[in-house]
Amino acid sequence: MTALAALIRRDIKIALRVGGGALIGVLFFLTVTVLMPFAIGPDLPLLARLGPAILWLGALLASLLTLDRLFTADHEDGSLDVIVMGRTPLELACAAKALAHWLAAGVPLIAATPVLGLLLNLDAAATSAVALTMLVGTPALTFTGMIGAALAVTLHRGGLLLAVLVLPLSIPVLIFGVAASQAAITGPLSFGTPFSILCALSLVSFVVGPFAAAASLRHGLD
Amino acid sequence: MFSGLDFEAACGEALAVVGPNGSGKTSLLRLIAGLLVPAGGSIGLEGGEAELTLPEQSHYLGHRDALKPALSVAENLSFWRDFLGGATGNVSECLTAVGLGHATYLPAAFLSAGQRRRLSIARLLVVRRPVWLLDEPTSALDTAGQKLFVGVMREHLASGGIIVAATHTPLGIEARELRMGGGK
Repeated sequence: MTALAALIRRDIKIALRVGGGALIGVLFFLTVTVLMPFAIGPDLPLLARLGPAILWLGALLASLLTLDRLFTADHEDGSLDVIVMGRTPLELACAAKALAHWLAAGVPLIAATPVLGLLLNLDAAATSAVALTMLVGTPALTFTGMIGAALAVTLHRGGLLLAVLVLPLSIPVLIFGVAASQAAITGPLSFGTPFSILCALSLVSFVVGPFAAAASLRHGLD
Repeated sequence: MFSGLDFEAACGEALAVVGPNGSGKTSLLRLIAGLLVPAGGSIGLEGGEAELTLPEQSHYLGHRDALKPALSVAENLSFWRDFLGGATGNVSECLTAVGLGHATYLPAAFLSAGQRRRLSIARLLVVRRPVWLLDEPTSALDTAGQKLFVGVMREHLASGGIIVAATHTPLGIEARELRMGGGK
């Protein structure tokens, strides 16, 4: 347990320090959402209708932006070798790294959502619905994205590949995230149905992600 | 890359892997460290802790120092101590032992190449592992640093450890030689 806690603490520390990249994601999220009303125009009902989709797209792309460094940074400075050799199972170490990434880069996105909701003419109930779906949905983005990040270690300069590999896997999360938010705002569907599927997607990614990433890392080291 | 290799090292013994560039010294160390999968053959540790694999009982000091520039010297070392676990030592004592006692709170980004190497040597000291796999351990070290490292290796061997080092320069300790190369 100390080993995993140490890994999480280290990754969060690095992410929050200068050049760490935790803020890049939030800044990108902010930029995309702030620019959107200017592009669409001052049509308030339209903005409110598109709001959840815009927020979700922004969050998806923002989390992709920082994900490719998840393992490559450790690979480049040799830390990954030592982590692989360690007594902690690699699957758990991968899960710890993904959790740290979500805490440093995913939670700020959720925290920024209420503020950005104002710009998209979302009322309090709508904003909290979007924030809630993002709270259960963004871990799925991180844990599936981790698979692509591990593959990027094997294939040098895999940044573009990461987007191509991970985006299709994120589509279900996006669909049910937006569907649950819309259901909460306008109906007629019940909020519970898409929301439970979103929770299920997150739970599946918690299981599949670390094992797939660890397998990829074991075979990919050279 | 190479075949027909058969060697062993006993407790308290150092093995110097020598040979020209590209003869497979680094690959051999990475095989022992479990970072590469051998096409054939086996590598084992007799008499170690039964439930642990050889890589889990080894230290690997590669070309890269496994340091994070954003973290301070002490934070880097404490992370490896907490992550690697097992029998651990005191961070500040180990830093003093490698001559970095004055730089404890300095971010690793400001260290010179030699100081980075000293810090990664401190990792060997802060966590006890019976087998040390060293890849060009003394590169970037100054004469004082090399002398210090010889002392560190002697101490490790005296406590019954095993060292396998790939090197071009003499290690400075009595070591059996494993000559690789000539394409065979």
